[in-house]
Amino acid sequence: MKKIELNDVSVSYIVGDFSNLGLKDVLIQKIKGTYTAKEFTAVQHVSFSIEEGDLLGIIGANGAGKSTLLKVISGIMRPTAGTMAVNGTVASLLELGTGFDGDLTVRENTFLRGAMLGYTREFMNETYDSIIGFAELKEFEDRKFSHLSSGMKSRLAFSIACLVNPDILILDEVLSVGDGAFRKKSEDKMLEIINGGATTLLVSHSIAQIRRMATKVLWLDRGKQMGFGDPEEICDKYEKFLNIKDTGE
Amino acid sequence: MLEALKHQITQIKQNKFLFEELVKRDFKKKYKRTALGMVWSLISPLMQLLIMSIVFTNFFGRDKPHYTIYLFAGNLTYAFFKDSTYGGMNSLMSNAGIITKINLPKYMFLLSKNVASLINFGLTLIIFFIFAAADHVPFHPRFFMLIYPIIMLIIFNIGCGFILSALFVIFKDIQYLYDIFTLMLMYVSAIFYYTDTYSERVQQMFYLNPLYVYITYFRHIVLDGYIPGFKTHLLCFVYAFGAIGIGMLIYKKYNYKFMYYM
Repeated sequence: MKKIELNDVSVSYIVGDFSNLGLKDVLIQKIKGTYTAKEFTAVQHVSFSIEEGDLLGIIGANGAGKSTLLKVISGIMRPTAGTMAVNGTVASLLELGTGFDGDLTVRENTFLRGAMLGYTREFMNETYDSIIGFAELKEFEDRKFSHLSSGMKSRLAFSIACLVNPDILILDEVLSVGDGAFRKKSEDKMLEIINGGATTLLVSHSIAQIRRMATKVLWLDRGKQMGFGDPEEICDKYEKFLNIKDTGE
Repeated sequence: MLEALKHQITQIKQNKFLFEELVKRDFKKKYKRTALGMVWSLISPLMQLLIMSIVFTNFFGRDKPHYTIYLFAGNLTYAFFKDSTYGGMNSLMSNAGIITKINLPKYMFLLSKNVASLINFGLTLIIFFIFAAADHVPFHPRFFMLIYPIIMLIIFNIGCGFILSALFVIFKDIQYLYDIFTLMLMYVSAIFYYTDTYSERVQQMFYLNPLYVYITYFRHIVLDGYIPGFKTHLLCFVYAFGAIGIGMLIYKKYNYKFMYYM
């Protein structure tokens, strides 16, 4: 069964300095006729599909449109053109720390974050202990979230998102945080989820990691799809491309 | 069919859970840091009432009975509107970090903010009734009709919150303009003066102000001793559902566009 299918998807942003503009400025500019909203296409004509159980590695330089693509798949943004189908519940870990509130305790944050990821209360009551256990934060559960170290925060974020066996898991560089021991543990957990049938999207700058874990790779460059398919093949091409760029400059 | 129903139920459960957690968060954040906490948010409207009654009783309330209660009814409604819409206005922007990263129903943030305002209003309302009793305003079963303007006001506030939060995402100076607006609104809502000295036409024009309609409903019930007519009920309804209708349309239209401006 196809879990995610994108056909010729393009995404554009509206850009301009209007985010700093006030109502007065816009009114004045509209009257003068100088008001402009530009569009910036972050993702252009991307097509791919992945099956249940796949781990899609997304590679490309900064600004390639990787995060925008993930935003579209997780439903935060809509494609400007093209069609998309996503089958199943998406757990998105787009950025670590999103939705956490420094003033609340670890326990309160776990529930809040769980709610944002779309779990039910019964589910959180059942899994809370294993989440805290996995994150190794048992003795910190009544501490304020802002008092945790950044490693602890990302451990908690990872545990909440991963102990639930989501259909589709979206990760943005998440595995490159935490100390050595936790990194190993989280990677094992990831593999467990993947082997359990979940579909995963992983953005990473570590080609070695992609080669090791991914079953398919999508390579983007400045919003354009450079390649999609077998990890070894695409990664080789990508590394070659990087080398050419390096020597060319 | 059964699958779809199951999905629907899970969705409701999820949204309910999220809503409760957001309410808890907003509540804790609002009151945790101050030693007086909730008491403070009650003291503030009472202080305002005290000052207003000291200043204005001489001007407007000399020959009127229960002037303090008259004032309180106006202030109570106005403060609820202001508190709720200010919270609503900020609800999207203060959660921008979440909205741009996780796909959640955006109205949740607004509704959770409104719960805190509503609790505040509820507590102030209790004090209002205590004051009314102390001022020998006789209690009457008719008071239960107050539930109608309160519900309408809640809907109206949420509607205004929708509109303001959307505007605030796009126009950052809206908060200053809204400051001026609420100040003007206070003066045209007959909070501390009586409208019976104005001509019939001007008195009618007061009804163009939704807040005045809700305040008047309150006063008719508590002070004037009668339930307002059908027209007032209709106005309450039209303003409330007009505001929320416009708000929902804006949210529907701009749901995926808000994040470009955040």
